[in-house]
Order: sequence, then structure tokens, then C-alpha cells
Amino acid sequence: MSLSPEKTDARPVPEGYVRLTIDGLEVDAPKGEILIRTCERLGIIVPRFCDHPLLDPAGACRQCLVEVEMGGRLMPKPQASCTMTVADGMVVKTQHTSPVADKAQQGVMEMLLINHPLDCPICDKGGECPLQNQAMSNGRTDSRFVDPKRTFPKPLPISTQVLLDRERCILCQRCTRFSEQIAGDPFIDLLERGADQQIGVAADKPFQSYFSGNTIQICPVGALTSAAYRFRARPFDLVSTPGVCEHCASGCEQRNDTRRGTVMRRLAGNDPEVNEEWTCDKGRFAFRYLTSKERIVRPMVRGADGRLAETSWTNGLRVAAEGLLAARSSGGIGVLPGGRLTVEDAYAYAKFARVAAHTNDIDFRARPHSGEELDFLAAHVVGTGPEILDYTRLEAAPAVLCVAFEPEEESPIVFLRLRKAARKHGQKVFHLGQWTTPAVRRTATSTGVASPAARDNLIRAVPGAEAAVLAELAETAPHVIEALTGGGVILVGERAAEVPGLYSAVAALAQRTGAAVGWVPRRAGDRGALEAGAVPTLLPGGRPVTDAAARAEIERAWGLAAGTIPATPGRDTDDILGAAAMGELAALVVGGVDPDDLADPAAARSALREAGFLVSIELHASAVTEVADVVLPVAPDAQRAGSYLNWEGRRREFGVALDASGVLPDCRVLDTLAVEMDVDLFTQTPAAAAGDLARLGRFAGTAPPGPAAQPARTRTPAYGQAVLATWRQLVDESSLAIDEPALAGTARPAQVRVNAATAERLGLTEGLLATVRTERGSITLPVAAADLPDGVVWLPANSAGSRVRVALGVGHGELVGVSAAGGAAGAADGNGDTA
Amino acid sequence: MFDFFKGFGVTFSTMFRKVVTEEYPEDFPPAAPRYHGRHQLNRHPDGLEKCVGCELCAWACPADAIYVEGGDNTEEERYSPGERYGAIYQINYLRCIGCGLCIEACPTRSLTMTNFYELADDNRQDLIYTKEQLLAPLLPGMEAPPHPMRLGEDEQDYYVLGPQLARASAAGEQVANDPVGEQVR
Repeated sequence: MSLSPEKTDARPVPEGYVRLTIDGLEVDAPKGEILIRTCERLGIIVPRFCDHPLLDPAGACRQCLVEVEMGGRLMPKPQASCTMTVADGMVVKTQHTSPVADKAQQGVMEMLLINHPLDCPICDKGGECPLQNQAMSNGRTDSRFVDPKRTFPKPLPISTQVLLDRERCILCQRCTRFSEQIAGDPFIDLLERGADQQIGVAADKPFQSYFSGNTIQICPVGALTSAAYRFRARPFDLVSTPGVCEHCASGCEQRNDTRRGTVMRRLAGNDPEVNEEWTCDKGRFAFRYLTSKERIVRPMVRGADGRLAETSWTNGLRVAAEGLLAARSSGGIGVLPGGRLTVEDAYAYAKFARVAAHTNDIDFRARPHSGEELDFLAAHVVGTGPEILDYTRLEAAPAVLCVAFEPEEESPIVFLRLRKAARKHGQKVFHLGQWTTPAVRRTATSTGVASPAARDNLIRAVPGAEAAVLAELAETAPHVIEALTGGGVILVGERAAEVPGLYSAVAALAQRTGAAVGWVPRRAGDRGALEAGAVPTLLPGGRPVTDAAARAEIERAWGLAAGTIPATPGRDTDDILGAAAMGELAALVVGGVDPDDLADPAAARSALREAGFLVSIELHASAVTEVADVVLPVAPDAQRAGSYLNWEGRRREFGVALDASGVLPDCRVLDTLAVEMDVDLFTQTPAAAAGDLARLGRFAGTAPPGPAAQPARTRTPAYGQAVLATWRQLVDESSLAIDEPALAGTARPAQVRVNAATAERLGLTEGLLATVRTERGSITLPVAAADLPDGVVWLPANSAGSRVRVALGVGHGELVGVSAAGGAAGAADGNGDTA
Repeated sequence: MFDFFKGFGVTFSTMFRKVVTEEYPEDFPPAAPRYHGRHQLNRHPDGLEKCVGCELCAWACPADAIYVEGGDNTEEERYSPGERYGAIYQINYLRCIGCGLCIEACPTRSLTMTNFYELADDNRQDLIYTKEQLLAPLLPGMEAPPHPMRLGEDEQDYYVLGPQLARASAAGEQVANDPVGEQVR
């Protein structure tokens, strides 16, 4: 007997579609669609565990069995709907209409539950568990299994962060498929066979992935848990608030789950246009800084005895305002907001600098920077948005070139998109860098982990010579130019500022190939601060300071007298600090700036010490608050609303997740401080600040010309020297990842990397210690081989035992001495001594 | 006139009935065997706490009288077998209605109810019982945590054979089972 009902729909089947019947309903589905998705679109939910829309089909759990009839013939057994593509004339009966499918599903569920412990009441997943839910909806009420269940010692640490309870696992392979397909670091895999089959890790290789937290989130049972959240709360304890990740410029949507006034965990939100369903481990696990003991909760003023003492807001603001007013008339005020601000806060800083401090001396860049960078940002970045370049366009591009940008370390979600594009449609991802990093290898078009063809996508450059390499690309690597022409994308990172001429070379290459340019800073606030005008050369909305009409427009909008805003560009971060040290600037207002992030930490620290009057607007006790005259505390992200602009220029709004009584956002603090200085910023709340900024609109005039800097000469290492290449790793000593030992345990090891020839020349042995030194200090770390150019040494910029700028005082592209540290006594502690 | 004698008749006849008045507090009559009195947090035979800080009692409580915060056991500092223990445990007897749902919810039989019923005080603070007040007293052979799991070679031994092993070790040391221990069992 045929299951086919009478054909009822006479419409022709559209091109590229097939017509099938599910539970008696006729439906047109695009060719190649998986049956379970077609059911979903009809509102028919077939139970499943292994199926995930972003992972390749596996058919591992067999829970989604349905009855299928093809060409009038019933298939002999129920079929897994998550692996079967739709076909014309197919007739499908799910558990709703077919007793056979229903019985098959119940049988599978009974099998899955044979070894699954009945510890739902004390399991973290209980309450949000697909197995629990579907056992209730599609399982039998009783089990016929009477023997003892299989047990394992629990838990198995997959890494310091991810713990595995193997007896709960139903072997759906979501985690292993995620690691292999999405992240590309398959350290977690199926071991053993038959009844002993289990998930595990290679004994000598820990599950060291920046994306391991996603496996916890997609685990359909409570088998994978995180050390940070395990047994801390249950889903029904938690209050969930949508949020946005503050750790990098990717702009991931997140979910903050809070309980009893603290954030218990953070999950990736589902935003298909940005982070899909993923987020990196730093974004997921680094949130304890919110409740750190180092948090400043009360304003502090330095008394006559030279000590900071807690005081009232009224007094703190009065002292700050008096000091700033005195400084304004006796030299001027420099403003360093830092790169972690929301757009609203950055706008408050920008307006504060112009309206209250009467200066353009404001620079958000708390990192090595250059004037060329400002020109580049003004010409190519400010005012752009997702309509020009976004994740979708990035994914669809035939070729992408990453310049001074290590996607996995500096913007992990961009990396996942690049990897997805390379894997799914053969996007060519080129990296202008020094060595075949894990990200370079995993964005190679071939999905193989270590294929020799992978090296094709690395354009090797000696540090400092990147600009010259880009300029000569047409001769040395014409295939890159060819690939970029016609819809290519160039992603340039903030580290380009460390290489003179690189931004100019990028702009030139973009012009030549017609490629879109994306600027991907490392910090979440950089892009927004640029747009909000926290820059010495730009006013809010990308208006050049030197443009009289633009200045007049802003003065009108802010209700200022004509000519209040200085017509000359202000100083940048280094110059502001230099001027403060020399006494040219009488006061500094400093936000979240860590002097150790700047090009010369020692000089920055001494400048802060010597600044006449220092107001620190900070979250935690820091190197700045140590020497500040007034410290004003501000609210962290969880206790405030606001928005970030991610690297696309997309506005990412978030609301208050935790009780925010008693803490104020930066914009409110600055507004009140300005009122004490007798001006009004109208940024009392983030909403007010956002409205004020939106009313200004964008600059309507022509953008200034781009940068035209010449590449610098590369340095040639002498005997015993090498050129330093360095960038930051995702999980390192960053200040927002404090108090997270489990996360820190998943950091990549800090190693000195050289190639074999250089190692031989410098007398280094792989695995033994090497010392990298300058006259300022040294760093001693184990040596690891990498395919760097000759005479180049690589160090992680801010990892444990390798804080390059602090210890060595130099950066990317400069010369360092390298030697084996075998005999050197006391040099093996791994910490750079700054003596 | 007849009603007058009828009224005194009731009084008179009652004088010969059995008295139901309890002479409390001079006399201290025991409650029914399954009376829902003050809670107790029980211990394993070696003195480790049974509570694993799972908070199911707090979830089961219809009066929201229980507050639990779990903590992590470490190898150096172990309060209960397994990964977690109840670091903070409070029962608010101003709220507790003695329904016993908490002890039904407890997955380790850590929380039980005793026959103790003198739960009155003259201030609110003292009626919030903390973990120290609720924990069962240490019996002979028990050791105050933190300490490692003492009974048996592995977890299987500890949970399945724990009481036997404890008795065996007590017998081995020629210590007679004391009446208090017998009563608790």
C-alpha cells in the first residue's frame, strides 16, 4: 500500500526545488535541503541530538528516525532525517503520523538511556537538557534495563577549563565535529570501539583550543561542563540578559546568566550575521574581573599625606574639577580614554575634551600607534559601516588578505568566518605574516590539518618589511593580486601602526585591486571611539578638526561659541604623555589605559608619575590609579547599558545585566565632572549620550586623503641578533582575564620561535631555554621551531613570562639579542627582569 | 434551675477523665517517631559531611527557608566525598513549615529531620540556623573535616561498604558501640 496521498497542489515546482509530502502536508523544499530542516520549516519537530545546523550531518545518534517512501516504495527501515536530503515525490511520515517511526524513536531513546545516569537533579544541564526534554516528549516511561550502568571515574579533564563526565555522553559527536569542522583543532575525538566507545583526548596533547567552550554549549547532555560553572547553578536559578562581548572587536552577541548578584556564566548568543552561534573562550569565560577584589567602588582623593583615601562623590568630583580648571588655564589638559569604552562613553570623553578641557589632545589608542594610522582611519575607516564590509561579505569574498592581523589571536570570530569560507567555498585566505601559525594552517583551503599546500597562503615578511613586501606583491606574488581583484577583502590589524608605511601600502593595494578594506582593532572600544571623535584629528562623526565648516557644525550643535574648538589637531597618546612629563600639559584625564600596553611602558609610567594633576576614571586598581590624584570608579559592562561598534562598524547594543545601584557609567561621571567645571555635556545616561551623538550625524564633506608614508628600511641583524616579531595571544596576561585560572590554563605556551637555520646560527636548541635581550631587560623561554624568515625571532607580546614591551622596551620589527640560556644562572625563571 | 446543675455536672465528670495537658517544660515528652523537627546534616561514618551542596533542598522548599552555597573540595581540604560540599548552609526556622520536602529531595540523605521541636527564640537572627548548628555531632570514630576519605580503597568501597568498614575498624580497636551511636542508627 502506498503512503502517498492524492496530489492536491497543481502549482509547478519552482526551479531548484523539489516537492515532497511530510505528514500529509505537501511542501516545496530547495534541492539538497536536509529532511529534518524541511520538517522544522513546517513546524514538525523531529527529536534529535547530533544534528546541528552549523555542523555537517553525521547521523550519529539515530534519534531522528522517520519513515520514508521513495518513488512509491517504502524504505525497508526508518531513516535518519538529519542525513537524508529531500527528493522529489518523497513521502515522509514522522512520529506524529507513523507508529513505526514513533516506536523506532522510542527504541533509540531507550538505548541512549541505558547507560545514561539518572542524576538529572544534580546535573548542570538538568532543566535545559535536550536529552531530558526529549526523553519526556519522545521516550518511554519505563526502562527495561535492569543491569548496572556503565560508570567511569569522573570527571575527565579535557583541559583545565573543560571537564567531561563520560557516563553522561551519548556519543552524538557534536563536540568532535565542532572541533574538527568549525574550530579546526581536533584534539578531542572518539576513542575505543563498541560498548567502550567514548570521547577523549590524546594523553600528550591537551584540548588546547580557543573555542572549547562552544563544545560545552552544544553538548546535548551534561557530559561537557566548564570548571568555572560546574555545579554552581541550575538553569532555573539563572536570570538571563542578552549582552555583547567586551573582549575584542568581533562584537559577539552573548547571554549573561546571573544569580545572586554575580555573573555565573556567559553563553554565545545566536546572531547569524555576526558570531553565528559561537564565541571564543575568552569571551565566554573571562568575566570574573567584574567581581574582582581589585574593583574600585568609592571615589578616592590623594590627601596631604600622599595617600589615596576614600571620599564622597561630591568631594571627589569637586577636587577633580578644581584641579582640572586650574590646569586648563595653566597649560592644558590631555585626555586618554583607553580603548575599552562603549560608543557613548567615548563620545562623552570626546565631548569632555572639547567642551570642558578646550582641547583636541585626546587619543583613545592605548597601544603603539602612528600618525599614519590616524590618516588611514580618517580616510578609509571612519564613517564606514556594515553596508560596506560585513561578516557576510567577508565570508562571500573569493580572497582575503590579512595584514598585521592574526585573526585567531586578535579577533577569533573573524577567524571562524575565514575558516568557514575557506572550508565551504574555497576562499583563499592569505596572511602577510612571519610564520605558519595555527590560524594560517587552518584557513588554508584544504581542510587537512598539515597539508604542504597550506604554506601557499602565507606571505612571509621580515618584521618591519611588510610594507615593502606589499608594495612588491605584483612581482613576487601576482596570484595574490589576481585573487584580490574582483571582490577581495583586505583585513588590516591595529599592529600595522608598528610598521611605518604599512597602512599606506594597504591603502595603495586596496586601490589597485578594488578590494574592500576592513580595519580590525583588537579592543572592543577602538572602532566606536574613532566614530565618537576620541581622536586628536577627528571630531564626532568623522569630521576633521581642520575643517572649519565641520568645526562650526559641531560648535552649533553643542551650543558653543564659535572658535571654541581648537583648529589644530591635538597630540596623540605618546605626545600627550610626553607633554605631561615635560610639564607642557598640566593635567591628564585617564580612562582604562595600562601603561604597559604603550610603546614605551617605562616612559609612560614616568610621565603619569610626573603629570601635574592626574584624574583616573577606572574600574580596577591599576598603574594609573597608583599615581592618580583623584580616582573615580565606573561601572563594568554588566552593570551598565551601552553599545560597542564592532570591526564592521555595526552597533552592538547591550543592557544592564546585574544590579547597577551605586555604580555609574563613564559618561555619567564625565557629565557630572563637567557640571562641576561649569559646562554641560548632556551625557547623563548612555541613552542620552547616544541620542546626542546620533543627532550630530556623519561628516558630509569629502574625506581627507589617505596616508602616504614611505616604508622604513628593514634592520639587518648583526651577529647574535635577530629581528623581533611579536603579537598578542588571545589568552594571555590581559587585564580583563584576571582571576581565571581555568582559562589561563588553556593559553598557548609562551615560546621563543625561530627557524632551524637561525637556531643553528644563534646556537639555540629546540626545547631548551633561550634568552632574548635588549639593554633594558631580557625574556627567557623555551625554544620552538617555526618557519620564520631567517634572522627573525618571535615572542608572544603579553603572555606569562613574555611581556615584550615591559621587559625589552622594544616591539615588532626591532633588533634584539638572542642567545641560548643553558648556562646562564638565574636567567631561567621565565620572567623578564626589567632591571 | 436544672441547667445550673447540668453545667456543674460537666465540670464534675471531667474531673475523673484522663488529663491531656502536657507538663511542658517541666516534663519533656518525646514526639512521634517521624515528627518533623529540627533538621540535621548527617555525616559519613568517617566524619565527612554528606552534603554535596547541590541545593536541591533549597529548590524543594516551598517556603524558601533554605539557603545553600556550594564550595569546591580539594585534595588538601576535603569536607565531603566528591567534588563539592555545602560551604554555606542556613535554614530559617521563621519560614520553615516543617513539610519535609527538603529531606525527600536530598540525593545523599544528608538532610534529615530530628525529633527536636524547641524552635522558639526572642529574636529573628538566632532562628536562622547555620551549618555549624545543623551538622550532626561527631560520634566516636569520626574525625572533623577537612580530611581525606578514610574508608576503603576507592569510592565504591567508601559508599557501599563505608558503614561496615567503620564498624570493623571500631571493633578492631576494641571499642564497644556506644548507645548514642546505636540510637542514631
